[in-house]
Amino acid sequence: MADPIVTEEATSNPPAFQSWGRYPKHNATIVPLNWQSDFPRVAEGLHNGALPVGMGRSYGDVCLLEGGNLLLTTGMNRLIDFNPETGVLTAESGITLAQILDFAVPRGFFLPVTPGTKYVTLGGAIANDIHGKNHEVAGSFGCHVPCFELVRSDGTRRLCSATENPDWFAATIGGMGLTGLITWAQLRLKPIVSRLIDYEGIQFHGIDEFLELKQKYQHVEYTVSWVDCVSTGKNFARGVFMAGDHSKTPGPLTQTPEPKLALPFDLPGFLLNSTTVSMFNTVFFHKQMKPHVKTLQDYEPFFYPLDKVLHWNRGYGKNGLLQFQYAIPWEHAKEGTIAILHEIAKSGLASFLAVLKAFGDIPSLGMMSFPQAGIMFALDFPIKAGISFPLMERLGDMTRDFGGRLYPAKDAAMTASQFQTFYPQWQNFARYRDPMLTSSFWERVTQNA
Amino acid sequence: MSPTPNSTPKKILVLGATSGIAEATCRIWASQGASLFLVGRNAEKLAAVAQDLKTRGATYVETAVADLDDTEKHPELLAHAINSLTGMDVAYLAHGILGDQAEAERDFNTAAQILHTNFVAPVSLLTWLANYCVQRQLGTLAVISSVAGDRGRKSNYVYGSSKAGLSAFLGGLRNRIDREGVTVLSIKPGPTRTAMTAGMPKSEKFADPNAVAESIVKAIAAKKDSLYVPFQWQPIMFIIRNIPERVFKKLNL
Repeated sequence: MADPIVTEEATSNPPAFQSWGRYPKHNATIVPLNWQSDFPRVAEGLHNGALPVGMGRSYGDVCLLEGGNLLLTTGMNRLIDFNPETGVLTAESGITLAQILDFAVPRGFFLPVTPGTKYVTLGGAIANDIHGKNHEVAGSFGCHVPCFELVRSDGTRRLCSATENPDWFAATIGGMGLTGLITWAQLRLKPIVSRLIDYEGIQFHGIDEFLELKQKYQHVEYTVSWVDCVSTGKNFARGVFMAGDHSKTPGPLTQTPEPKLALPFDLPGFLLNSTTVSMFNTVFFHKQMKPHVKTLQDYEPFFYPLDKVLHWNRGYGKNGLLQFQYAIPWEHAKEGTIAILHEIAKSGLASFLAVLKAFGDIPSLGMMSFPQAGIMFALDFPIKAGISFPLMERLGDMTRDFGGRLYPAKDAAMTASQFQTFYPQWQNFARYRDPMLTSSFWERVTQNA
Repeated sequence: MSPTPNSTPKKILVLGATSGIAEATCRIWASQGASLFLVGRNAEKLAAVAQDLKTRGATYVETAVADLDDTEKHPELLAHAINSLTGMDVAYLAHGILGDQAEAERDFNTAAQILHTNFVAPVSLLTWLANYCVQRQLGTLAVISSVAGDRGRKSNYVYGSSKAGLSAFLGGLRNRIDREGVTVLSIKPGPTRTAMTAGMPKSEKFADPNAVAESIVKAIAAKKDSLYVPFQWQPIMFIIRNIPERVFKKLNL
């Protein structure tokens, strides 16, 4: 259904491939990979580097390469094997999580970890070691990948797992596509008996109440919160805590198709200001009219509420959006979150979507993985000249001072010095980078600080 | 996509199985539990497609590597495939080449190659298959032609004429064997986002091969005669066919 973000505007030569935040905009040559043997053959004679990409759902420039070649993997989307005894699925890396769900759910299986959109590829999920609402009990995506094949631009092929080529395995999980092309991978799916989710939504006021709820609901697999970043005073850090488990009662597994709503054009940026956002937040908050709601709902609206509005990112206008996403360890998680929320509210820069959740202590397998135990927080900013980037830098510095880090997959703004503090192992990781592969993100954050 | 037992074809022969549209179509049939015999030129690609279809739930998948330009070998290949499937409900002809129009304008051999692959070879296959189906008084021959065959245009008239020939052949064949209980479906896709069209300008605006495949599966199950896909190509081609030649010859199409 959904395609990589290939732009439609009639403006002069828009780039053929954009990231989800639509900032930055970089031109690159698209080189489709349709078969596992295409790489490195199709890349012979290419200049200016290359980068494997999937659906372009990462927000900034981790999936872009200015003036280079993007190896588009979405045509490499075949299944290779499925073992219903173990739940292990083997597939080419360009398959999307949506395509995996279409196959797996009717058979009574579900993704072990899923992000907030199903329109990402298996290869992209590994390369960014993505996380989901069940991080506390399941860890990040890489924890459920028994093995994969990594092909380098010199043609060498490596089977990578915890026991075979473990260093390449660790470098590639969260390796931002820079260590080589993942041609295929295994994913351990988990059994479900129903598409339905036992859902509970609870209003909270302030970070203390959020932490109490997190404690109270620690037996629930999926938890995430929406938080209002605009309000101050008595409504400061109000939000809705959402908890869900796969229903244990045998229920429907097959899909009832729902019409999709697409945002066909860019909303003008002026529609997005603190007044409209605060109205949106108030409506969202009180959509949950009762302080506590308990229902049974389909997994689609629970996991992918925004996938129904294809291209919702256009709501931010042509300039695009920036996302700010941190993980701050427990030691400073509360004070850090409160301080950052105050800074954001003070800035008056609107934000539709702010997500708050706890990361658990299951270690990620990737050398460069983002998740770490503590509080994870994510929100979007519109891009406003002279305001957005200084704010992002300030927030990044605050994150650093509280011992946290930012998420490359969501980033278009962290400085080289910030990156190198967040990921001090980056130089060790750099030794695993394929000499042909790079990204605009990598070029940006590895400059001399 | 739940199996609908009565309308679901059971045994399907696919010629040109690694083409983008054919592969997308086979995925739907596989999920319905069909038995598939796949023919393609490249062993490695064929194996990857076959593996995918088995995993998706195809009851039976067998493959044969063949160059379909070699018409001499058609009878043996088709007999082997039908033997392997223990019968045949649908033959799906999806192979074809776009060819290089500019090259074909300069060099007759290039033009002849396009005509051979897209027209002569399917005629050879269809002649054999039609006679097989007529003998049994059942079966469907589903063949991918193209909207490009509806009217010659300067941008691709060699490819277009090969498909025009194929469409005319299918019309005549249908006229002959429909009354014998054999369905002939002419499929005319508009530009579709596949490997064949990769690199063409604006190819990101082309039709999604999965949507095209879904329409094809439905049209075969419904025993339709012809299918424009996506459907808007039917009125578009109606208009294009009816533009007076003195106007048409001056257009840049």
